[in-house]
Amino acid sequence: MSDVARLDGVAAGYGNRVLWRDLDLTITPGEYLAVLGGNGTGKTTLLKLLLGALRPLAGQVAVFGESAKRGDRRVGYVPQHQAFDRDMPVRGIDLVGLGASGHRFGPRRMPKSVASRVAASISAVGAGDYATAPVGLLSGGEQQRLRIAGAIVDDPALILADEPLSSLDFSSQRQVADVLDGRRREVGSAVVVVTHDINPMLRHVDRVLYLAAGKWACGTPEEVLTSERLTALYGIEIDVVRVRDHVVIVGAPDELTGPHHHADEGGGH
Amino acid sequence: MFLTLLHQHFVQMSLVAAAVAAVVSGTLSPLVIARGQAFSVHGIAELGLTGAAGGLLAGIDAPSGALIGSASVGALLGFLGLRDRDRDAATGVVLAAGLGLGGLFLSRLHAYATTGFGLLFGSISSVSDHEVILLCSVAGAVLVVLAICWRPLWFASVDPAAAEARGVPVRTLGVAFPILLGAAVAEVIQVTGVLLILTLVVTPAAAATRLSARPRTVVLTSVSLALLASAGGVLCSLQWTSPPPSFFVAMISFGGYVIARIVGDSMRARRRG
Repeated sequence: MSDVARLDGVAAGYGNRVLWRDLDLTITPGEYLAVLGGNGTGKTTLLKLLLGALRPLAGQVAVFGESAKRGDRRVGYVPQHQAFDRDMPVRGIDLVGLGASGHRFGPRRMPKSVASRVAASISAVGAGDYATAPVGLLSGGEQQRLRIAGAIVDDPALILADEPLSSLDFSSQRQVADVLDGRRREVGSAVVVVTHDINPMLRHVDRVLYLAAGKWACGTPEEVLTSERLTALYGIEIDVVRVRDHVVIVGAPDELTGPHHHADEGGGH
Repeated sequence: MFLTLLHQHFVQMSLVAAAVAAVVSGTLSPLVIARGQAFSVHGIAELGLTGAAGGLLAGIDAPSGALIGSASVGALLGFLGLRDRDRDAATGVVLAAGLGLGGLFLSRLHAYATTGFGLLFGSISSVSDHEVILLCSVAGAVLVVLAICWRPLWFASVDPAAAEARGVPVRTLGVAFPILLGAAVAEVIQVTGVLLILTLVVTPAAAATRLSARPRTVVLTSVSLALLASAGGVLCSLQWTSPPPSFFVAMISFGGYVIARIVGDSMRARRRG
């Protein structure tokens, strides 16, 4: 029962469209799990199941031994990165504050205890220098750290992050991946990260769940990210090449990206 | 002559109406900016015109008609345009259809020109006691609902995906907010008229966000600018009677925006340098 989450024979999809089936997966405390796969393979769908936002087509999804339900304070969620508008009338500290008490109805001021958790959360992600700047003027990496800060205010035992590194440059990607790693080391949170590119987090990842063509493979990066395993998974020839500390997957039909897709950092001060 | 006018009952009533409308619109304005719903505000206001004209035709008064028109179109927009991408198109479609209907209603009214002008540019200087009472009660209700939903509404506006995962009823709030907006807009129409609605619902927060990103400061600045423009507009129209009060409201509000931009830019430049 000490598992953070457990999936038994789960099939997931929308309506008649099944994205994957027969998934058995156990997530243990302090584990760093990367969910890999091309577009439309059902990576985000897995997070939706764990968030209780979607019901499985078959099988059981248990989070902390119960069926997953929305708004569980033990689960922290970092949504897919979307840049804030420049004129968004919110500072970083307000965004994190919303993560702490934004779900509460009623006209009450933020209690001191919440304010100190917000401050602790901001320092945990290293966003202290720009927490009082308007979020719309921050870079993508800075915005993403603040989003993570908002998700971890309650020290959740399970952190779910959906493409937290997309649209960041490589050094910001590594920093954000490190922030997530820090949470499991310091608080023992299990971390589940959906990603296109495993390289920025390769040194942290305990296990990889690889989704492809309705099937899946799960294990350590060394076990799963091999030419034989991925060739078997896709049913066509795949080459996994290791260059220094990078893994490059060549030949995947859904165009998994290597370390070389740069996107703009956006914003600036 | 100016001071004697201030003792007149009708002048006091228009000042009260102007102030109450300004407090509501100034409070809603930052949320409108955060949600990017300026276009919805305009659509809702134009349907307020249809409602007001329809109300007069049906024998009820214009403000009640406007309230019914804009609140129900707010609800409709809330249901239709749940996602951002659909919203502008849905708003445009509803706005155009509603305004056509409004034209029909207006043309069937006997006092076509004056009523039409009043709806388009505001009729704050001839507001009745009954209308002031209606305005105060609607404004009070809107402010109470806002106070209760304040934080979840901000959360849902700033980061809907995170808010939804936290258990905030994002969809319900997405329908509730345009209804609130509709109720408020119907009241603000009396001050600004349909055409100048954005001067009290969008400009105040657009100006405030140039000066600060602290939500509380933004709301207070926005309410202050709305009050200044609204009450100032009424007072100016006592002195210079020829343009409608909404002209002065729009000019004061725009002046506030220009000043906020200049001050805000120089503040940013100083912080950087």
